[in-house]
Amino acid sequence: MRDFICEKIKTLKPSGIRKLFDIANEMPNVISLGIGEPDFDTPWHIREEGINALQKGRTFYTSNAGLEELRNEICNYIEKKYNLLYNPESNVVVTVGGSEAIDIALRAIINPGDEIICPEPCFVSYQPCIIMSGGVSVPISLTADNSFKLTAKQLEDAITPKTKAILMSYPNNPTGAIMRLEDLEPLADVIIKHDILVITDEIYCELTYNGGHVSIASLPGMQERTILINGFSKSYAMTGWRLGYALAPSHILEYMLKIHQFGIMSSPTMSQYAAVKALQEGEKDIVAMRNAYNQRRRYILDAFKEMGLPCFEPYGAFYVFPDISEFGLHSEEFCQKFLEEENVAIVPGVAFGECADNYVRISYACSLNEIREAMKRLSKFLKRLRSNPV
Amino acid sequence: MDTIDRNKILEYLEKNAKLTAKEIASMLALTEQEVENEIKVMEEEQLICGYHAFINWDKTEDDKISALVELKVTPQRGMGYDSIAKKIYKYAEVESLYLMSAGGYDFTVILKKATMREIANFVTTKLAVIEEVRSTSTHIVLTKYKEFGIALAEDKKDKRMVIAP
Repeated sequence: MRDFICEKIKTLKPSGIRKLFDIANEMPNVISLGIGEPDFDTPWHIREEGINALQKGRTFYTSNAGLEELRNEICNYIEKKYNLLYNPESNVVVTVGGSEAIDIALRAIINPGDEIICPEPCFVSYQPCIIMSGGVSVPISLTADNSFKLTAKQLEDAITPKTKAILMSYPNNPTGAIMRLEDLEPLADVIIKHDILVITDEIYCELTYNGGHVSIASLPGMQERTILINGFSKSYAMTGWRLGYALAPSHILEYMLKIHQFGIMSSPTMSQYAAVKALQEGEKDIVAMRNAYNQRRRYILDAFKEMGLPCFEPYGAFYVFPDISEFGLHSEEFCQKFLEEENVAIVPGVAFGECADNYVRISYACSLNEIREAMKRLSKFLKRLRSNPV
Repeated sequence: MDTIDRNKILEYLEKNAKLTAKEIASMLALTEQEVENEIKVMEEEQLICGYHAFINWDKTEDDKISALVELKVTPQRGMGYDSIAKKIYKYAEVESLYLMSAGGYDFTVILKKATMREIANFVTTKLAVIEEVRSTSTHIVLTKYKEFGIALAEDKKDKRMVIAP
């Protein structure tokens, strides 16, 4: 038989967490600090709304762009949060998670060979989505010295005549880094000067621990060149509902909607009804979860300090990203050894970019009891590594 | 240290009394010494009255039952409810005692877990015969679904995939 598989897809690297997942999945009683989703259940009043939607027989397609009521609530939320005006009729599409929004944003703008700048470490799907869209991913290696922030100089150095957009995400998975207004301003200047677009994945925007999130779309002159991506997964602990959205100028959104329309039709209807409720009444849930994450974040950072594990202080998402270079192990080796010897799962930095092989991602989306036990074991593990260097 | 910190410490301890002063300090960005002192002061002030393990007795062999009694009383001139309350809560059998705003009765008495016979005996020979008590109404707990904010019967197992990006 012929080989039927698309060459482009063959070149995609397998996910960097697959191997570890397979090992961890077979082990009983693993403590996992390797999970990139909230440990909280979706708040009950939001779940009830989903149940209610089913009971009322709201089981049909919605309009392609999403329920009108939901698009209105999304625009209200964004206006309240960033003082940015979007038209629910022409600037919003409700997607199957933030992931779909990233995919259709890239596919709507990329011509073969277009370059998309992608600061790393970053979420695992960015590069594959760029490649699948026919684009070329141009990574920028971020460093802990600069708290994994992107500088205007790094950006400008990466720009070529083929550059179409930059795809970035703050608060960041895996590093927990954030960008403040003063960090974003010089970036915006470069972006405008070189006439490129920004795709900004702000799925963790509600999870910041030292001042609120600033969206790059809210900087002068940026709304017209920004595709803003957000969703319900992280803010409201709704990962399995698969619901996100994109906001963009109408001349871009129109084409994203076309892809969404042919590829997806419309996002899950009951999830959309639940999401309306989340936006209307979910603020107190966000605050409670944010407080809990923040306590755990502080707990872990103190524990690291005590074991002498260097880690820049992250102010966003629910990850810490310590530096393991002193142990002379690749991040994958480190994680596998830790898993096998101490039954704790964490994620190698290299899964999020070649430049991050000296780091591991530790998620604090798990109970304090689990974190406490995991930190004990990590401390033991590091002591052992230090007394028997590789 | 202001009251907000105090309440935060109390909230942590209320949820998990096993947290050490050092751990609480980490989470509140305080020093271990500060938290330790504050807890000590709150113990002395009896603001913190004790530390308990939260046990789901239904999972043990123990077959004692929980009961609560609604009491209707006649307050005495110049004595109010407090002196009646004292007559009730002095019994070791009484676990909690609340004066209620309900129509129809005055006190809710929650009894320590005991056998049916012990409960009947206590209510009829001790509570019902107190001079000011006009009537008693005893309720037996059949199933405890939720206590101290924790759903007892629910499966707490993490349903997420063990590693996810």
